[in-house]
Amino acid sequence: MSMTLLNSITVFVLAVFIGIEIISKVPTMLHTPLMSGTNAIHGIVLVGAMLIAGSADSDLEKALAFVAVVFATINVVGGFLVTDRMLEMFKRKPSKPDSE
Amino acid sequence: MTPPFALSQTAINFTYLVAAVLLIVGIRRLSSPPTARSGNWIAAVGMGIAIFFTFLDEDITSYWLIVVGMAIGTVIGVVSARLVKMTAMPQMVALFNGVGGGAAALIAAAEFHRIAPAAGHLSGDSVGAMLFSALIGSISFSGSLVAFGKLQEVLPGRPITYRGQQVVNALLFAALLVVGVLAGSTEQGIWLVLLLLGALLFGVLLVLPIGGADMPVVISLLNAFTGLAAASAGFVLENTALIIGGTLVGASGTLLTVLMGRAMNRSIANVLFGAFGAAPAGGVAAAASTDGKSYREVTADDTAVMLAYAQRVVVVPGYGLAVAQAQHAVRELADLLEARGVDVKYAIHPVAGRMPGHMNVLLAEAQVPYPQLYDMDDINPEFPRTDVALVIGANDVTNPAARDNPESPLYGMPILNVDQAANVVILKRSMSPGFAGIDNDLFYEANSAMLFGDAKSSVEKLVAAVKAA
Repeated sequence: MSMTLLNSITVFVLAVFIGIEIISKVPTMLHTPLMSGTNAIHGIVLVGAMLIAGSADSDLEKALAFVAVVFATINVVGGFLVTDRMLEMFKRKPSKPDSE
Repeated sequence: MTPPFALSQTAINFTYLVAAVLLIVGIRRLSSPPTARSGNWIAAVGMGIAIFFTFLDEDITSYWLIVVGMAIGTVIGVVSARLVKMTAMPQMVALFNGVGGGAAALIAAAEFHRIAPAAGHLSGDSVGAMLFSALIGSISFSGSLVAFGKLQEVLPGRPITYRGQQVVNALLFAALLVVGVLAGSTEQGIWLVLLLLGALLFGVLLVLPIGGADMPVVISLLNAFTGLAAASAGFVLENTALIIGGTLVGASGTLLTVLMGRAMNRSIANVLFGAFGAAPAGGVAAAASTDGKSYREVTADDTAVMLAYAQRVVVVPGYGLAVAQAQHAVRELADLLEARGVDVKYAIHPVAGRMPGHMNVLLAEAQVPYPQLYDMDDINPEFPRTDVALVIGANDVTNPAARDNPESPLYGMPILNVDQAANVVILKRSMSPGFAGIDNDLFYEANSAMLFGDAKSSVEKLVAAVKAA
């Protein structure tokens, strides 16, 4: 096992503990927004897609990486915006007229 | 060629550390109502930092693919996030989750293709992570699409089952592991393609037998899967931002899945393999029980009088209310009743709607005051003192069989004890069973009455009738 891999595993294990700790007490009301918010966060895979798309040599690799960039961007952008729309609902704005 | 603004790997990794801290703070703030919205933006800023500084990575020599891809993705993301209706949120999250998983699988495939042609070049350190990312990412992708199809009602919401299903799934999964080992050892692209296709099929087969009512738990689980796929892509690329971001979601998503299951009194294994709400194969008289039972129908006018002269009314909103977009009309009705001195409360089942917390979001949209929303545990003791319980488009969460009938597939699920109210009026389109596909005993109780029609028009009729009363 290389040192790099060991470092990666260390980061992984610590992140597992943090991930569990930070959401251990969530009211049911926030389950949906939280799921949506964490959903946006795994869009971080975009960083990986960018690294591959920016250094791809073959056409196949470029095609795969391109689709990956599109997909991951949808995940990030859509994820954060949808979460914000959900959370916006929780804020009271009495002056806002009902529109539907 | 090194781009003009390239930063050193150390500097970029430092910005990833900053991004990771922001993501952690963001998720933490998302877990508490007053800070949730800012938490989402803090996480988004963290994400923005990671993405921006990745542009300056010296490995990136060509930008056009990235820029064009991101532009397309941004347009699709913004448009779909803006246009989606609040009621369709769960399937939107499923789609966003699916494409994330797909991206992780594609990264693995591209890396495999880049390294694999020359045998012996796959390093033992990364090959496992690469294959794991391909496998889990693909499962998450196709599984999320099926979940989307079920919630959007493109696919039937009922569990799709056949004999020997679990054996087939187990064999397929075992075959995938074998293919994975072959892909890793032979370094032949064909095995990776087989792995990807097989994993896509497995994702479909995994979610098909799960009933529509359990989709939130499934989406949450697939969300955790995608997180892990992203983390393993991070192992492949030796990228800390991916490892931390992906793992945080993998871990918190798994816990969230357990919490959601607990709110429904179901274990994850039960959700995945229980084929919950399947056609009554086990002899449980789910659909057959309609025979020989009678229900009472009531008019809007009668209901309005009942409401207007009640002292305590509890509104039980469900998905039917959301679909009919009746939340504004319901608030109007509640305001009218309150003006007449009626005490109005809303009973929110933890899984009302199609995701935990979904109903809170919808009622907040209609500006229903928070203090009127009561959780299941707080409202249940109130039902015996309630004059009228108004069930609007809720079904399975009010089924007394879940409490009283050990043979019911719903048995053990915590419910709202609506049947204990003096009068129960159920607003519903027809006598058809609920999302779980199970008939509701509540409809046949002596103190229950049905008010048929679209939830929104029924409530509007009630509003008009209460005004006249």
